[in-house]
Amino acid sequence: MTDIRADIASDEPETGEAGFGDFVQLLKPRVMSLVVFTALVGVLVAPVRLHPVEVLAAIIFIALGAGASGALNMWWDADIDRLMKRTAKRPIPAGTVAPGEALGLGLSLSGLSVIMLGLAANWLAAGLLAFTVFFYAVVYTMWLKRSTPQNIVIGGAAGAFPPMIGWVVATGHIGVEAVLMFALIFMWTPPHFWSLALFMNSDYSKARVPMLTVTHGRAVTRANILGYTLALVPVALGTGFTAIGGPIYLAVAIALNAVFVLGAWRIWCRHEAEAEADGYRTEKRFFTFSLAYLFGHFAAFLVEATPWAAMLRGQFGLWGA
Amino acid sequence: MMAITRDHELHKRRLGRNVGVGLALVAFIMLVFGLTVAKVQRGGSVEGYDHGYRPGMDPAAQETTRGEE
Repeated sequence: MTDIRADIASDEPETGEAGFGDFVQLLKPRVMSLVVFTALVGVLVAPVRLHPVEVLAAIIFIALGAGASGALNMWWDADIDRLMKRTAKRPIPAGTVAPGEALGLGLSLSGLSVIMLGLAANWLAAGLLAFTVFFYAVVYTMWLKRSTPQNIVIGGAAGAFPPMIGWVVATGHIGVEAVLMFALIFMWTPPHFWSLALFMNSDYSKARVPMLTVTHGRAVTRANILGYTLALVPVALGTGFTAIGGPIYLAVAIALNAVFVLGAWRIWCRHEAEAEADGYRTEKRFFTFSLAYLFGHFAAFLVEATPWAAMLRGQFGLWGA
Repeated sequence: MMAITRDHELHKRRLGRNVGVGLALVAFIMLVFGLTVAKVQRGGSVEGYDHGYRPGMDPAAQETTRGEE
């Protein structure tokens, strides 16, 4: 008896024999890295110190939960992922992982991550993680994504939860700082994704995903990018006056927001012909900068959590000693 | 006739997957073990609550008793 399969040399997709890396791809490692970073910041800036192993475990379980929701997203969206250039090489449309395997991995990792986070940290954090997985997989992926141009506005909440979960892991409750970190990512998501949609519009049209660029056109999307970018400014700067902020954060936030608003203004001023002529250079730059924008804010939170920054903060009356 | 060899691409992929899953499991076990050690170290008088309450092993109860004396 051998384990040689008759279909090895056929043109059929080789599902059921995926490599380990294919399963890792299902967990959206790039998104996971952002989740790890923001959740870690949430834990480290909280006023309660945890054992390093507890921090490590909590971050791993939060990342696993995020990965699980990514796998469920790929399972549900396999039909439209096949149509879009950006997602056609994902494991399911590429034929390396069977849809059932992705569903199984997503469901089992969701359960494992939530239960383990509850045991490692606390059940409020685990509940928030469970809600995040549900929100991303069911509310965003299965419902909003294909039904409304506000999909990424509301769905953005799923990506905004990790720092709040991190904060709850350390403190056991949801503080105002956790809400502000959530709000920062929530308000940042629309300009980030809509700038991507501006130069990836054909992909979304082909897959009939009702992104704002598809339903209302690029001019409206440009105006919305500017609107959300302006609305983001008070959230980003206001956070600087809370316990997790300080003069360093505020300086970084002012600089980053000035560049971000300028980029959004440029996008708003541009005509479609101009953008097509230079291959959407301004939009692509804005999209790339949006990643640096978020990273910069959270890195500044981390700096503010160091003893050196606390000493500096003590010299300014606004933040106290 | 083609020989059945163990180094077919399929076998390499399976080996990679098995090694990956194995390493992930080892990492998970180490993490749970580390977490247990960290929690027990921080847990204080765990022995005082071993199956039933044992006041003799609970520093807080000892303090109270000394105070009453």
